[in-house]
Amino acid sequence: MARLRPIPTVKPKDLAEALRYLAAGGRPMAGGTDLLVSIRKGTEKPELLVYVGELPELRFLREEEEGLEVGAALTHAELLSHPATERLPILREVLRTIGSPAIRAMGTLGGNLVTASPAGDGLLALYLLEARVRLVDDAGERELPIQEFVVGPRRTALKPGELVRSLFLPYPEGNPRSFFRKVGRRRALVIAVASLGALVWVEDRRVKRARLALGSVAPTILRPREVEEALVGRPIAPEAWEDLVPKLSAATQPISDLRASAEYRRKVAGRLLLALAEALRTGL
Amino acid sequence: MLLRFRLNGRPVEVEVPPGRRLLDLLREDLGLIGTKEGCGEGECGACTVIVDGKPRLSCLTLAIQVEGKDVFTVEGLAQIGKLHPLQEAFVETAGVQCGFCTPGFLMAAYALLLEKPRPTREEVREWLCGNLCRCTGYEQIVEAVLRGAEKLGDARA
Repeated sequence: MARLRPIPTVKPKDLAEALRYLAAGGRPMAGGTDLLVSIRKGTEKPELLVYVGELPELRFLREEEEGLEVGAALTHAELLSHPATERLPILREVLRTIGSPAIRAMGTLGGNLVTASPAGDGLLALYLLEARVRLVDDAGERELPIQEFVVGPRRTALKPGELVRSLFLPYPEGNPRSFFRKVGRRRALVIAVASLGALVWVEDRRVKRARLALGSVAPTILRPREVEEALVGRPIAPEAWEDLVPKLSAATQPISDLRASAEYRRKVAGRLLLALAEALRTGL
Repeated sequence: MLLRFRLNGRPVEVEVPPGRRLLDLLREDLGLIGTKEGCGEGECGACTVIVDGKPRLSCLTLAIQVEGKDVFTVEGLAQIGKLHPLQEAFVETAGVQCGFCTPGFLMAAYALLLEKPRPTREEVREWLCGNLCRCTGYEQIVEAVLRGAEKLGDARA
């Protein structure tokens, strides 16, 4: 494997300077936990790295009435320990399982987003919360819903020269239960074979509303809307959800790779729905 | 660039390309070969160091990322002629066999004890999930960290 030769790298002093480097073709790097691996493997060959991981403009956290605005360069560990994320238990539940303590202290939420892996755990929470991505370039700012920002596996709607500045995470109304389960071969650093996250609003032991997000079983994170709708009104009991298992499996578009076959992924995804029902029944 | 940071408590100034890996800076430029390179892609934890009190993988860190920071490596643990209590514990419990993964485990464990001076067994296991060892089977390492925590607690008391 090729050694990592020093890559030309700059550390801009502020956002404006960073955007100038990006406009000139530089590649932003925050935590580096994905990008440096890709560079080492030769799948990415940036000519200039622009280190944005310590820009104050990307490292803020703002509590608003409707939700939480999170600077793109806050690390997973910082988000986990910040009191403001207490109102977003699904975010914490997901971030806790990312990588290892060192990876969580390095990797950022913005980086996890831009890597746009179909297996990106952080992304799953962003889909469930219906996050909005705030982008900036030297011409101005714009905002995109998460599912429009991620356009394919490892592909985003970022334009050349554009940078993710922050994520807006709306507080879910009411008090949904959150659930996250990841299936893989090793607990740490695991790239999931399949994962399911959920926000479920429960009333009188029945599903009032549900948001589901599946990881690693389609080109992007998947929101299986038909299953979400079919869950409404169902009692919290795995036996009452059995018929939705094949429906959820059918919604997936998995691939076979060295971690698992497509068929296995499809099956596991369906069964994860029963794990959700069970978790809800036992009160998590 | 002229990079300034603190290394094991001492200020360091070194001329280095900003895109050089921290691992190479430590091992090749500064001669601190305690930090090891295992996989080089963040799977094994052998290159773990502490930066500003948090664990970091030096194989996925660029020199520029430690500018102005406090870097702590395995070389900073032992005082002259005396092992750190955590190191003593690794020796006593046979938490070391071939030794290659040991600096990474020591630094990861050190980071844990900074955050939680008296972790439970489960917390130790959970925390060390990012470090691989092919010799010990991990039990002795978990034991070492628990014992190290105890020794440090006693030393403080």
